[in-house]
Amino acid sequence: MIRAFGYNEFLFLLSAVQWTLLLSVIAFLGGGIVGLFVALARTSDVKPLRWVSTGYIQIFQGTPLLMQLFLVFFGATVIGIDMSPWVAAAVGLTLNTSAFLGEIWRGCIQSVPRGQWEAASSLGLRYPGLMRYVILPQAVKVAVPPTVGYLVQVIKGTSLAAIIGFVELTRAGQIVNNATFQPFLVFGIVAAIYFALCWPLSLLSQRLEARYAAPSR
Amino acid sequence: MTYDFQFDAVFASWDYLLDGAWLTVRLSFGAMAIGLVVAILCALGKTSGPKPVRWLINAYIEIIRNTPFLVQIFLIFFGLPTVGLRLSPDVAAMIAMVVNVGAYATEIIRAGIESIHKGQIEAGLALGLRPLQIFRYIILKPALRTVYPALTSQFILLMLSSSVVSAISADELTSVANNIQSQTFRSFEIYIVVTGIYLVLALMFSALFAGIYRLAFAYTVDRR
Repeated sequence: MIRAFGYNEFLFLLSAVQWTLLLSVIAFLGGGIVGLFVALARTSDVKPLRWVSTGYIQIFQGTPLLMQLFLVFFGATVIGIDMSPWVAAAVGLTLNTSAFLGEIWRGCIQSVPRGQWEAASSLGLRYPGLMRYVILPQAVKVAVPPTVGYLVQVIKGTSLAAIIGFVELTRAGQIVNNATFQPFLVFGIVAAIYFALCWPLSLLSQRLEARYAAPSR
Repeated sequence: MTYDFQFDAVFASWDYLLDGAWLTVRLSFGAMAIGLVVAILCALGKTSGPKPVRWLINAYIEIIRNTPFLVQIFLIFFGLPTVGLRLSPDVAAMIAMVVNVGAYATEIIRAGIESIHKGQIEAGLALGLRPLQIFRYIILKPALRTVYPALTSQFILLMLSSSVVSAISADELTSVANNIQSQTFRSFEIYIVVTGIYLVLALMFSALFAGIYRLAFAYTVDRR
C-alpha cells in the first residue's frame, strides 16, 4: 500500500537525524583520539612507527569507505563477534576518520618551524613536554579550519551506514520512500537536512581559514 | 571456534570480478573526462560570468559538496523516473559521478585560474593572441598545472567513491562483490579481495596521473 508523505513521515526523518549526529560525533571523537596517535607516529623519529602509520593511512585513503565498513561488519564474524550494524558503522567510521585526521594533523605538526623543535629541546624539554607545550599548541591553530572542514566529510560518510542496514537519516529516507514512493520529495528533504547540518560547518571552516591565514607571518 | 578461510569461491568468480573492476575503471574515466569539462566551464563561469550565472554555479557547488553522494545517487536514480526520465543503473551512476566530481573540480580549477597573474593575460593581449588562445595557453594550462595534484587526488577519491553506486546495483566492482557474496556467503573473503583490487586501482591511477603530468606539464617555469 502506498502511503502519502505526511507529518509523521517527516518526523520519522527528523528523528533519524539523531543517529546521524551520534554516529558523526562518535566517529569524530574516536577518530580524533586515534588520529592524534597516527599523526604523532607519522611525525615520529622512530622509523618503524612512521612505516606503520604511513601504511595505515595509505590503506584507509586508498580503499573505499564502503569496503572498510563491510570488512568491519563481516570481519567481526570471522573473529567470532556478532556485531550490530550500529557498532560496525561506528568502528569503521572511527578508523577511517582517524586515518584522514592523522594525515591532516601530520601536516599541521610539520608546519611548525623546525627552530621551535630545536629551541624546545635545547631548553631541556623531552618529547612529551615538547609536544604538549611547544609544538601542539602551535599546530592546533593551523589544524582548526581543515578539521572543521573534515567534519563535513564525516557527517556525509555516515550515510554509508545505511548500506549495511543501520537506520540513520539516509536509511530512514529509503524506508519512507519505499512506503510513499515520492523519491524527489523524500530524498530532497533528506538532502536538505544534510545540507542544513553541513553547510554551516563549511562556512565556519572557510571563515576560520581566512582569519588564520590573514595575520600570520 | 576458528574461522575457516575459503578463497576458492572468490577465485572461481575471478572473471566476473575483473568485469566489475573494468566497469569501475570505465565509469571513473568517463566521469573524470566529462566532469573535467563541466568543471572548466563552471570555473570559467564562476570567475568571469555574469552575476546570476555565478550565483547558480555557487549554489550547485555548495549543494553537492554539503550532501552525501549516496543521497545524490538516490535522487537521480529514483527521482528522475518520476518526471519521466527512466535511467539504467549504469547511466544513473555515471550522471551522479559527473555531477558530484564536477562540483569539487570546479572549486579546484577556480583556485588555479585565480592563481594566474593578471599581467600574464595582458601580456597575451599585447602579443595579439585571440581570447580563445589566451584562455587555452595562458589561463587553462598553467592553472591545471598548478592544481594538478589536488585535481588528481579528487579523481582517485571519485574512483573510490564509485563503490557507493552499488547501492543502485550498477554492475561495477562492489556490486559484483555483493552478488558473489549473496551466492557464496564468503563475505569476508570477497570483500578483502575487492578492497585489495581497489587499492591496486588507486595505485595504478596515481602512477598513471604521474605519467600524464610528465608528458603534459613537465616544463620548467621561471617564477620571478
